[in-house]
Amino acid sequence: METKSKKRTGPVIFSGYERGSAITKALSMNREDILLEIRESKLRGRGGAGFPTSTKWMLTAAALSDEKFIICNADEGEPGTFKDRVLLIEYPELVFDGMVIAAYTIGAQQGIVYLRGEYEYLYKSLQDYLEQMRKDNLLGKDILGKKGFAFDISVFLGSGAYVCGEETALIESLEGQRGEARNRPPYPVNTGYMGKPTIVNNVETLATVPHIIMKGSEWYKKMGTGKSSGSKLFSVSGDCEKPGVYELPWGTKISELLQLVEAANTKAVQVGGASGFCYNKSQFDRALAYEDAATGGSIMIFNESRDMLKVLDNFMEFFVDESCGQCTPCRIGNVKLLEGVKMIHKGEYTFAYINKLKELGKSMQVASKCGLGHSSSNAFLSILENFNEEIFNRANGGANEN
Amino acid sequence: MGTTILEACKQNQVYVPTLCHHEDLCVAGVCRICVVEVEGMRTLQASCAFPITAPIKIKTSTPMVRKARKHIIDLLLSEHYGECYSCFRNNNCELQTLAKEYGVDHYNFGHVDSPRFEIDDSSYSVVRDMDKCILCKRCVRTCIDLQEVGVLEAIGRGYKTHIGTFGEKPLAEVICINCGQCINRCPTGALRANDPRDEIWEAIDNPNKHVVIQTAPSPRAAIGEEFGIEPGHSFTGEMNTALRRIGFDKVFDTNFTADLTIMEEGTELLLRLYKALVKKDSSVVIPQFTSCSPGWVKYLEHFYPEFIPNLSSAKSPQQMFGALIKTYYAKKNNIDPANVVSVAVMPCAAKKFECNRPEMTSSGFKDVDYGLTARELAQMIKEAGIYLPEMPKSNFDDPFGDASGAGLIFGATGGVMEAALRTVIELVTGVKVEKVFENMNIMPVRGFEGIRYAELPITNVGPVPKVLAHLVPNWDWLKGVTLKVAVAHGTANAKKVMEDIKAGGKFSECHFIEFMACPGGCIGGGGQPIPTNAEIRKKRAQAIYAEDESLGVRKSHENTHVLKLYEEFLTDGPCGHTAHKLLHTHYTKRGKFIS
Repeated sequence: METKSKKRTGPVIFSGYERGSAITKALSMNREDILLEIRESKLRGRGGAGFPTSTKWMLTAAALSDEKFIICNADEGEPGTFKDRVLLIEYPELVFDGMVIAAYTIGAQQGIVYLRGEYEYLYKSLQDYLEQMRKDNLLGKDILGKKGFAFDISVFLGSGAYVCGEETALIESLEGQRGEARNRPPYPVNTGYMGKPTIVNNVETLATVPHIIMKGSEWYKKMGTGKSSGSKLFSVSGDCEKPGVYELPWGTKISELLQLVEAANTKAVQVGGASGFCYNKSQFDRALAYEDAATGGSIMIFNESRDMLKVLDNFMEFFVDESCGQCTPCRIGNVKLLEGVKMIHKGEYTFAYINKLKELGKSMQVASKCGLGHSSSNAFLSILENFNEEIFNRANGGANEN
Repeated sequence: MGTTILEACKQNQVYVPTLCHHEDLCVAGVCRICVVEVEGMRTLQASCAFPITAPIKIKTSTPMVRKARKHIIDLLLSEHYGECYSCFRNNNCELQTLAKEYGVDHYNFGHVDSPRFEIDDSSYSVVRDMDKCILCKRCVRTCIDLQEVGVLEAIGRGYKTHIGTFGEKPLAEVICINCGQCINRCPTGALRANDPRDEIWEAIDNPNKHVVIQTAPSPRAAIGEEFGIEPGHSFTGEMNTALRRIGFDKVFDTNFTADLTIMEEGTELLLRLYKALVKKDSSVVIPQFTSCSPGWVKYLEHFYPEFIPNLSSAKSPQQMFGALIKTYYAKKNNIDPANVVSVAVMPCAAKKFECNRPEMTSSGFKDVDYGLTARELAQMIKEAGIYLPEMPKSNFDDPFGDASGAGLIFGATGGVMEAALRTVIELVTGVKVEKVFENMNIMPVRGFEGIRYAELPITNVGPVPKVLAHLVPNWDWLKGVTLKVAVAHGTANAKKVMEDIKAGGKFSECHFIEFMACPGGCIGGGGQPIPTNAEIRKKRAQAIYAEDESLGVRKSHENTHVLKLYEEFLTDGPCGHTAHKLLHTHYTKRGKFIS
């Protein structure tokens, strides 16, 4: 596990920041200028979906309501992702200052951190941190002397459902309902928590905001690629010497990352967690970016000793368990894909049936109700495609059994 | 929210298939069968859940759409345990229809070969076979949102998701009111009524049994739908003939005891008012609530048990008839009541529970042996090789004969109130009701608005009619009183009225309130033909009102058979001793807590 003693360095988040400084600066700015700065920075959602942050903020700012909410999505449930935990433990000032700035910009009075159930052990330290912010007038009434600006943050503990990382399922869960994605539209920016305009931002997205406010969008977008500006935290795990959280500019190639973390004999890299895509050696020159190998941060490395069918089996078991169960393609589709994996494992399959399952996987990507179902067949499709030979030559001794 | 894509398609004669969508219910968007392509969007959109707020381009039939829909049908079928030919929804199943429409001729992704769930037939009214459930959640939305009862909810996650009750208890042990509205909205055979056909056939086939059937007003206005007839046609006379040909020994009209209910319940109301207004008896509670809807009665027992004293003690028409058949009728015809099998065809699932209430044995026997739904009766008629619409017409049997139009309109929401008013107005004022309301139609209490309220000022009173002379000396105390009445249908509307009464609102000042558990009243009952929607319910109601207008006798107190019953049998009159013994009942404080 990551420990706090580790010295972290990075171009944005892991660079120096003084608590409250971005709030002070933001409070001296026009709300419109803050929105403009965020828009110019081209910051996109760091949870994985990559929706432009400024668009969410602008729509929420424009929505007419006496009450608005900022929700920090700390339901970090994507397998292989642990960057938000690091931020909450080591850089809470970035996350919470980001929430305060968002609140000031859009006119929210209340912020909620939706904390992953398994992160219960962080609950107390976060509460203590927020209490200190209140004492220092970084939360509460007339924050840092800004007349009329009142904002506070509470922490809500999730109950362990993966789907609650999906923003509308998260809101349902907050409201005390079953964690199930809502129909969209309407979107949370208009009809969110308690039916009020709501921003749901990932921990890392919010943690980036103070730096953009301090150093400006021009500085920020010099990093990264045209469509993916700035830097990204990557949670690296698996077969490498130096697993951990790394901050790298967008556009870094998979091979460069592998070198950095000292991975040897790498056979496969799963980019984007269980819901992401799996790449083989010939694809390691792909760039980590929204427009290429997209990820919310999870990078899982598998070396030559790994059995890709077992890897896939594991991912599909995960989705069978974690589908919320409301929509047909995701609830039953994942079961069928998992059955297919088991069939291959036993050698009891036909290519015709596997092709049927691939077609089913494509339907799931477009017909499911939420992002979970849209992405749950990615691993199935990409592993069968990119590790075709290994998987279908198993009977001939092509694959390892460990 | 704007027009949905689905609505827009319908308005433009573009057919989009649906499963989880139901006109009566809120949007779910979960089955995904109605997906369409929306230009500019990467994924397909559920047309039932997508509001159009700006001009958009939609494609409803593309390779991607067709493939996705077929996949969804394939997936649902892979989990759908049970064979079509052994299912009561065979030929009336939305999943089956879609499979046919999309040309499914084999199971693309396999098929379950053993059940995953035990059938829950603990309830007298509703049977749950979750192996046929496709998780469209229509029943959940019916129970929680439409009826606001909240017995059914999704339990578990992912593949383990299923519809269940609190603590996974059998339906008989939770706060189900047996309304059966979930059955009417289930697209498959996962929900059905507890079917007594086998027992009834057995009784019919037993020469020692005298099998009689009473038929409620609503089934006759809807049963044609089971034979492919458009909604809105009554088959009263045809049904009588069909029932005799099936083998029922006598066919009676429940409207007879509906008329009797008006006499008893109306008298009870006048007595309550007399005691409260004249005698200042503080133990008497007003408003009086109707008690003929067993779904409503159980709802009240669970959710508002403190209001049980407001419920009319009069039994429902079904149970009044049951008590009379095994006493008055059996004696008059010299039949041993032990050999009488009493069947009631009802639009209702809750009537099955009602006839099994332990207190419903005032004849010394189980007053009504079997409650049969309109659907189940249609099945029996078909089994007997009869095509109902072709039957010659015949009348009901004596000694109860044909009833009044007032009894008939019990089937529609507001009908009990209208029937009661037709009688109360005449008995109190001595003025013919048709002089007050054109053609006897009391329009203020008709219609489908969820809650209706009406005021009727009593400006003049007449002499007390003979039938009530033993109860009140005169009507002078009612002179100048404005009679306040209300009607609510669907328990969600009932809840609104009850909450208003609790808060001391305008409904607490009512004298009489009609409550029906089912939307639309009995014509929309949980035992009626499937499907249901507002349009169908409206047509069924129209059929009932049209039949009422065609009848010679349209007031309960003018039903000569009823008057004869009071002369011959219930000799101490309405709400008298015999009437109380046979025609009135008591209720149980159930509460909401499940042990």
